[in-house]
Amino acid sequence: MTRADFEAVIGLEVHAQLLTASKLFCGCSTTFGAPPNHHTCPVCLGLPGALPVLSRRAVEFAIRLGLAVGCTIRKKNRFARKNYFYPDLPKGYQISQYEEPICEGGRLDVAGKVVRLRRIHMEEDAGKCVHDAAGSSVDLNRAGVPLLEIVSEPDLSTPEEAGVYLRALRDIVVYLGVCDGNMEEGSFRCDANVSVRRAGARELGTRAEIKNVNSFRFVEKAIAYEIARQVDVVLSGGSVVQETRLFDSDRGITQSMRGKEEAHDYRYFPDPDLLPLDIADASIDDVRRTLPELPAARRSRFLVEYGISEADAVVLTADRVVAEFFDVVMRAYAGDGRRAAGFLRTDWLRVANDRGAADVVARVPAAKIAQLLQMVDAGTISIAARREVFALLVDAGEGDPEAIVRERGLAQTSDAGAIEAAVDAVLSANPNEVAAYRAGKEKLLSFFVGQVMKATRGKANPAIVNDLVLKRLRS
Amino acid sequence: MTARYPMGLIETRDAIACGDRRARDVCDEALRAIETRDVELGAFLHVDAEGAGRDAERIDAVLARGERPGDLAGVPIAVKDVIVTRGLPTTCGSRILDGFIPPYDATVIARLRAAGAVLIGKTNCDEFAMGSSNENSAYRVARNPWDTTRVPGGSSGGSAVAVAANMCAASLGSDTGGSIRQPASLAGVVGLKPTYGRVSRYGLVAFASSLDQVGPFARAVRDVAELLTVIAGHDPLDSTSVDAPVPHYSHNLRTTLKGVRVGVPREYFVEGIDAEVERAVRGALGRLKDLGATIHDVSLPHTPYALGCYYLIATAEASSNLARYDGIRFGFRAARADGGALALREQYTATRERGFGDEVKRRIMLGTFALSSGYYDAYYLKAQKVRALIQRDFDAAFREVDVIATPTSPTAAWKLGAKVADPLQMYLADIYTVSCNLAGNCGVSVPCGFTSENLPIGLQILGPAFAEERILSVAHAYEQSEAWRTRVPPHPETA
Repeated sequence: MTRADFEAVIGLEVHAQLLTASKLFCGCSTTFGAPPNHHTCPVCLGLPGALPVLSRRAVEFAIRLGLAVGCTIRKKNRFARKNYFYPDLPKGYQISQYEEPICEGGRLDVAGKVVRLRRIHMEEDAGKCVHDAAGSSVDLNRAGVPLLEIVSEPDLSTPEEAGVYLRALRDIVVYLGVCDGNMEEGSFRCDANVSVRRAGARELGTRAEIKNVNSFRFVEKAIAYEIARQVDVVLSGGSVVQETRLFDSDRGITQSMRGKEEAHDYRYFPDPDLLPLDIADASIDDVRRTLPELPAARRSRFLVEYGISEADAVVLTADRVVAEFFDVVMRAYAGDGRRAAGFLRTDWLRVANDRGAADVVARVPAAKIAQLLQMVDAGTISIAARREVFALLVDAGEGDPEAIVRERGLAQTSDAGAIEAAVDAVLSANPNEVAAYRAGKEKLLSFFVGQVMKATRGKANPAIVNDLVLKRLRS
Repeated sequence: MTARYPMGLIETRDAIACGDRRARDVCDEALRAIETRDVELGAFLHVDAEGAGRDAERIDAVLARGERPGDLAGVPIAVKDVIVTRGLPTTCGSRILDGFIPPYDATVIARLRAAGAVLIGKTNCDEFAMGSSNENSAYRVARNPWDTTRVPGGSSGGSAVAVAANMCAASLGSDTGGSIRQPASLAGVVGLKPTYGRVSRYGLVAFASSLDQVGPFARAVRDVAELLTVIAGHDPLDSTSVDAPVPHYSHNLRTTLKGVRVGVPREYFVEGIDAEVERAVRGALGRLKDLGATIHDVSLPHTPYALGCYYLIATAEASSNLARYDGIRFGFRAARADGGALALREQYTATRERGFGDEVKRRIMLGTFALSSGYYDAYYLKAQKVRALIQRDFDAAFREVDVIATPTSPTAAWKLGAKVADPLQMYLADIYTVSCNLAGNCGVSVPCGFTSENLPIGLQILGPAFAEERILSVAHAYEQSEAWRTRVPPHPETA
């Protein structure tokens, strides 16, 4: 047997922190970065006598994600207590969902492969322990912050697939506005269940759960390491043990954290402080009505409706603000979608990546973008001039494109007579190059065009310049 | 000077409202009674003389300005120490909460304050409300005022004693398996366990969340009804509280029982019941008949399983509810002998080892076992199924009768120490009360006689969910037809 005889079976558990203003069971703020234990109250501190009250908004977010990935929404679902001791867990139990999660089933299409989802459930986050020279302290600002845990079936077989799945899932939660998808800050976290088996075997191998993987790159690295490790264990005659392993990103390896015999018995039972959740069909429909078009659907529509390339469609649908803006621009512009896409994914996106898409949209509305596109189409301005006008509009946050072109003298010359004169001047000033061109050195065309553009200070319509230079050289 | 005896809630409130008495004087009388009697009786864990005096003076000032006082203005009320009070120690009768001063008020406390009640102090109880004799208090012994060598019942023993010995006008307790009704019975006062969801649990330190309810004690049914009116009602901070209208319970009490059908469960008059208790309860049933009620034999066939079911569910929930006492954020924290810090695991262990008493530890272990992997189905899940059957028993019975009458406790108050060594005997004291909690119904205990040793006996009236008005009416009609309430415990000053 060699490594090539093995295949890996991977399932991911993702924790997505919800973008609700308040915690899952109390009114405390979820804002990141407050002084320690600032966002706390008797409920999230687990003080004796305090009781949880469920945030309706968190339920709405769970339904939103569930519907977007084709889950069945359980109309009757329940919270359960997961019991364990840890200093950052104030009540000595975490309120989670166990036997009756809010979402079941569902699927994600990942690079042509269907990854089935097992479930999505709501739970509260724990606090955080801080260890330093002075000792250990506990910050409970994060305690009670709402999370969705999204559990996939073990349908992934390579680290790369896992990476693609994770990015697709991240795009969806960000698109839906339920999570900011920030892995580094921990608002989108991933545990991976990995096992290996002989290729084609039906039985699953013993799995290890890898925790503490906090970037997309690390997920792939950790899984790749773990697959290789498990294959080595089997090849050397050993057997993989069921355990929880931690990924050490500095060394790029996974290490055993606790074995099966040390596994917690969480003693799950229904939380008697919370009534079973009864979700009405009407409220599911309400959420469904507000669902945005998801990236994949929007991408296909862009191809058909605007005739743009696959590559452009991928770029323009990656961000919901950009995608929605492109739709608005196209309604105002009504021209060739490929040209609009070209401008948006280059000049526009460069600025948007810098300042934030929402800000750029606010500063330069779609109507002005459409105007700029139409001016290029009509030959009124060059692409370079459009870039300049756009930059001015963004900086000022106001202004009329046509007025700017006029004031700055950015209109390009399509007057054949004027351009002809410039072409003649350039050709007579460079007799050697003309001779070389005519002798077969055709690359020199761009040199002549460049000289003419320079002479006209960029205002000449380059298409006309090109035509005229060719005409003169061939005559 | 002795307290005007007895100090009734409505009577006191009205006397203050019309200017006959000053709230400050009433408060001082209560404080004096506590000072005189509580050294022996042990009803209180904390007396807030200063705060109570200040509150009483504020009420007097409000009245002096001619403003409308609340429904409990100036009435001295004691509160079981499992209910959190902002700025006042709340120990739950446990060492593990030694030094804990809650930063917030329970909803029932907020409602008492808003109604103008004067919080006189926090009452003794079995640790975390786990017990039937008050002997599991980590702090002091509570004694029965009718015979101070005997237990007052539990777990709300202190609240029952405070009322029985006239140290306050009324009190609040909590009832998980009989912890209000049983001490009411043993101490000769009226105590009511409301329907689950009737009164907010926000700020009631949890023992068993699906069974716990806060409820009132007083010497008269009408006073219990009045106090219930103040504390009942929906609370957005408690998801299990029910949004149902709150009638003014004390306004609709009846004195005749014409047409009322009273059920007597045949399973409740079996072995273990004290002969004197049975005689008193049968006598009370006769009196109900005289008042116009009809008596019917009913069956609650799953009664034999109630106690086992209760001790599985209550301990399972408790094992989780008590996990938060880890010495990290509040209350007692174990340290090394030299005062230094312990490693985390050692600190957890030492804190809980030293902070919890034996009964609490016993129940945490029982409950942890019942929820453990491999045992969950056989214990916790099965207990939940039995619970549903018990609920069904009551639903069926209440289709035939309006209320159910039973003894509250199989015996009158027993001697201190008599059952301490035998937890099972102690658990049997709850045999008539736990079913009501499992079913989520309401029940009230009202005095119905005395033993030959002058120990009070209680009659329990059970009703379906949200039938508090009905059971209070039956209890009131019965109470008014008898003279038991005129008997008072031996009082050293009047003796």
